[in-house]
Amino acid sequence: MATESHSERPTDVLVVGGGIIGLAVAWRARQRGLSVCLIERHAIGAGASRVAAGMLAPVSEVEFDQARRKTLALALSSADMWPSFAAELAELAGVDVGLRRAGTLMVARDADEARELERQLAFRQSLDVAVSRLLPSQAREREPALAPNVRLALLADGDHSVDPVLAVHALLVACRRSGVEVVEHAGDVAVAVDAEGGRVEGVRLADGSLRAAGQVVVAMGAWSALLDGLPESLRVPVRPVKGQILRLRDPAGPGLLNGAVRGAGVYIVPRNDGRYVVGASMEERGFDLAATAGVVHELLRHARDLVPGISEFQLEEVCVGLRPGTPDNAPLIGASELQGLVWACGHYRNGILLSPLTAALTAGVLTGDPGDPLLALCDPARFHGPDADAGLALERQLTGSRG
Amino acid sequence: MGVGSPDGADALTIAGRPMRSRLIVGTGGFPSLQVLADALAASGSELATVALRRIDPAAEGSLTDVLQQAGVSLLPNTAGCHTARDAVLTARLAREAFDTDWIKLEVIGDQDTLLPDAAELLLAAEELVADGFVVLPYTTDDPVLARRLEDIGCAAVMPLGSPIGSGMGIRNPYNIALVREAVAIPVVLDAGVGTASDAALAMELGCDGVMSASAIARAQDPVAMATAMRLAVQSGRLAVGAGRIPRRTYASPSTPDEGLAEFG
Repeated sequence: MATESHSERPTDVLVVGGGIIGLAVAWRARQRGLSVCLIERHAIGAGASRVAAGMLAPVSEVEFDQARRKTLALALSSADMWPSFAAELAELAGVDVGLRRAGTLMVARDADEARELERQLAFRQSLDVAVSRLLPSQAREREPALAPNVRLALLADGDHSVDPVLAVHALLVACRRSGVEVVEHAGDVAVAVDAEGGRVEGVRLADGSLRAAGQVVVAMGAWSALLDGLPESLRVPVRPVKGQILRLRDPAGPGLLNGAVRGAGVYIVPRNDGRYVVGASMEERGFDLAATAGVVHELLRHARDLVPGISEFQLEEVCVGLRPGTPDNAPLIGASELQGLVWACGHYRNGILLSPLTAALTAGVLTGDPGDPLLALCDPARFHGPDADAGLALERQLTGSRG
Repeated sequence: MGVGSPDGADALTIAGRPMRSRLIVGTGGFPSLQVLADALAASGSELATVALRRIDPAAEGSLTDVLQQAGVSLLPNTAGCHTARDAVLTARLAREAFDTDWIKLEVIGDQDTLLPDAAELLLAAEELVADGFVVLPYTTDDPVLARRLEDIGCAAVMPLGSPIGSGMGIRNPYNIALVREAVAIPVVLDAGVGTASDAALAMELGCDGVMSASAIARAQDPVAMATAMRLAVQSGRLAVGAGRIPRRTYASPSTPDEGLAEFG
């Protein structure tokens, strides 16, 4: 077993990126007996993980295209893993990750929205996922704070939420307690490849020194495509998709909402302590982290239309994060064409939801388990090579232009 | 080849630029970049609108790259503008950002219906034409306004079938046909297309092209809907060239009844 200090022996696994994905992967890899070092450029959990609302909502979030690509299986599978994941973290790290199992309501407030919601209901029924149709009275009985003009609501009973800030904290404690070496504020690092270009040697640190490792996991979220040291052909088509959220606090404490509520243009997710997250914008603006008046206005307007009682809340913070988007919205998990390099990135809107599954799949890849069938849905090479169709091949060009 | 030939000889020409496809696609609201790329390919479109306010043109790996890779020209729009001043400013920013002087001019006068503000639209169009833009204004289905826009020097007019994103089809086919008669510049039906038959009807009414955004992007299968729109636009165009039969009140047998066999 490796120790926390730099040993003579190279580290088995270097995880680059200290967001929820990197932490979960490092923890699970360590639990499988590998020596693990996690390197974070800035502070742990300071990127998208901190901004995420933490919805574990495979049913309310499912999109038509996801059904076609069969990637709903990823979300459902990971959502199933969360309760035991949270329990394990509570036991090992002594941190409650704020898992709320109160379901999610999708709400229509006029005839147009109701027609769209009926379409969404039919789609979900065709997928055979758990969703039910509520009359306005039933919806308001469940969430009395809803605006009185509710026309129709769908209940996704199994769509829950966690507090990502607590989850990141719990994972950090769990990593440290299980013997993961955690290096924060490491600055920009680069992948080090051997002279033949055939396999990864480790990571080149900001000071130019080499940190040797058998395998390197890239979990850099929206920045994954910018990792230095890789040949152009291995770059992944991950782009930043900006999201703005608001943090509100009810001075009267928790209780206005039981579960998450989604309406046109907005969602509201309650925390256990009377705080609420209101989100979120989706913006293609590159690496831009500016909060804007228009988005704050729209979020508040939609949120207040949906739940008028939030008017009394305190506005604590406007947060901006960058989702790691991929061309098909599915993550990249698995070994790359370069020996020793493993991707765990591109989780788009679902990083929190998919972290237990990503950690399990990636730990399996690192220890040479036979491939989980779910890995085929996350194949990092799907945008490359002869098998990729014309539309997919364009991504090679896109990332090639990114150097 | 004549009207409606799908081999490209029947080009839609706007401001001197011939296009084989008579379908213009909107890029907003697609579930993923991959679906957008696949839908663009399926649509056969050569021109796609992009809202300057929604994207950062400099961001790589994003929308503009997808369009470039698909060989589709970018048509910036002024979505979200409510005054002529706003729209002119946005058009100028778009010209700088995307290196094109084509602009789909939208000046919205009402937040609930997103209907155009005719007065502001004329002001903005006038100023942009004077500034050297190729202006394609989103307008109401008003033949008089269409003629005014042509007089000002717009390269085409884009009358609505029904409000943006409503999918209500062409609510006043009569007016769309009047707009077609009123102007000599191309008429591209914009807004309201919900499904393929709406696009075919627009072409049968004499429109030179169809713009489709939400109908494709928000369909359950956007790639299949893009194919349907491509075929519908071709079908409608072919039908116009083919010359439809007049409508009749009573039936007229397609088979003559002379010479019927007589049975015992």
